[in-house]
Amino acid sequence: MTKKIKNLNLNFGPQHPAAHGVLRLILELDGEVVEKADPHIGLLHRGTEKLIENKTYMQAVPYFDRLDYVAPMNQEHAFALAIEKILNIEVPIRAQYIRVMFCEIGRILSHILNVTTQALDVGALTPSLWGFEERETLMTFYERASGSRLHANYFRAGGVHQDLPAGLENDISKFCETFPKIINDLENLLTDNRIFKQRNVDIGVVTKDDALDYSFSGVMIRGSGIPWDLRKSQPYDCYDQLEFKIPVGKNGDCYDRYLCRIEEMKESVSIIKQCLARMEKGPIKTFNGKISPPSKAEIKQSMEALIHHFKLFTEGYRVPKDEIYTAVEAPKGEFGVYLISDGSSKPYKCKIRAPGFSHLQSMDYLIKGHMLADVPAVLGSLDIVFGEVDR
Amino acid sequence: MNNIIDLEKKINSELTTKINKTSIKHNQIYVEINKEDLMDVVLFIKTNKDTKFKQLIDITVVDYPEETQRFKIVYLFLSHELNHRMILSYFISENELISSLTSVFPSANWMEREVFDMYGVNFKNHPDLRRILTDYGFKGHPLRKDFPLTGHSEVRYSEEKKKVINEPVKLEQNYRNFDYESPWEGTKYIKEISEINDKKN
Repeated sequence: MTKKIKNLNLNFGPQHPAAHGVLRLILELDGEVVEKADPHIGLLHRGTEKLIENKTYMQAVPYFDRLDYVAPMNQEHAFALAIEKILNIEVPIRAQYIRVMFCEIGRILSHILNVTTQALDVGALTPSLWGFEERETLMTFYERASGSRLHANYFRAGGVHQDLPAGLENDISKFCETFPKIINDLENLLTDNRIFKQRNVDIGVVTKDDALDYSFSGVMIRGSGIPWDLRKSQPYDCYDQLEFKIPVGKNGDCYDRYLCRIEEMKESVSIIKQCLARMEKGPIKTFNGKISPPSKAEIKQSMEALIHHFKLFTEGYRVPKDEIYTAVEAPKGEFGVYLISDGSSKPYKCKIRAPGFSHLQSMDYLIKGHMLADVPAVLGSLDIVFGEVDR
Repeated sequence: MNNIIDLEKKINSELTTKINKTSIKHNQIYVEINKEDLMDVVLFIKTNKDTKFKQLIDITVVDYPEETQRFKIVYLFLSHELNHRMILSYFISENELISSLTSVFPSANWMEREVFDMYGVNFKNHPDLRRILTDYGFKGHPLRKDFPLTGHSEVRYSEEKKKVINEPVKLEQNYRNFDYESPWEGTKYIKEISEINDKKN
């Protein structure tokens, strides 16, 4: 007598602590082995691209904070760079250092969250408690510069919104002295931890060719041994003047990706230190009155400044007809903006290329043949944030 | 970085008949082709040793509703080894079928699903063409220019039916799109109309 065996279909999410947001993952299981994974996304879809088409360039900036809400300023950076390239405007050097510094703070924010929650997913609670304390400190830096802890709305085409408040530079440099010790503490807890290694080594292996075919970027491609970082290969702002190393993995498994993130945090600290050392007093946004708004004091004195202010906050600045793709190295990978302007003050089309979208797509390829318990580990190492996947 | 101008020449000489136009802007190559040549061009630029565009970054569409060839399909490629970016594009009209790139780049799968979802462009030979970002049972293609910003239906929890229901959008006030264009530069059309009226009289 033969018995017919049917595979089990399992719904992972949309409410699951290890899904890192609203992911509905339909798993086809043969015993405990995953045969097929079909991620259903879009539960957090807000129509960002459609909304941006109906807003002026300045009004569109806050939407970028809400994509990858773990590292908001890195996204704004891509949009600001795209507009700057079309308008062909110079960014003052102080603004470049401020932007790079906050992008690296964003990278640390994102990597702390990812490393510690990945540890949480495989059973270690302590790292997240220690890591989140540091994130809180970093978010107060965001708050002091921009006024809000998360949705900063700080970068503008041509510079940043306002100068750093007094004392912030000092506090950031103090943080740079204490933070490496915290990274060491996290490493002590995880790097040689037997359970952490058992759960991550040789899990979710990506070969070099597959990393290219599946459009991986960021840590996902570096973990597989391809030395590719946009900050080095296609430098933007002042990255070409700074010294930093690109950590590269060997085996392309979850553990190598974790190691890359830890090393990248150390490099980020060194970049922040360099920015602070080189930063001099000076303008923080372009002087072009047609693009950056005048100061409050100027408005009281000059009629022209008043007109500029009025025009900038009603009509907004116009961007000449052009088509451009700009990408930055966001913590999660290559974050790009494909912008089409038509000469008016609103973008005709703004396509957002989110790294998490192509990473999550490879879930089926990564998890096939692994056990059910490996799903959270792989998902954790992909570094998924649904704000950017669903847009 | 190898010279981008050499690369443009190379692509032009190797694929002469298949290329409509090339240009270089912002350190990127823009290439326009015909719909039929997509597969040949993509296979060439992926495998040739002088181009090596081994990664597909994104696929997207630009909608120009007033044109007869309404959709511009855009492919973004990246070559890691030579450090170049390329933007490949062609125009199609509504209801035209285009070839899927999933056999060449597996990552095209979701990108094409997104294009299908957002613009209603259909792909042939796509393994699994379903909606991806919008809700189950959603109607329409949101990123088309003729789709209203407010959408057609809204979701709420109904206390009587004890479940989540879909109903047509009811807004207290319509979405208002303010036209802030400068009155000094924007009056041209009024002048033109009044001139035509003058002639009629």
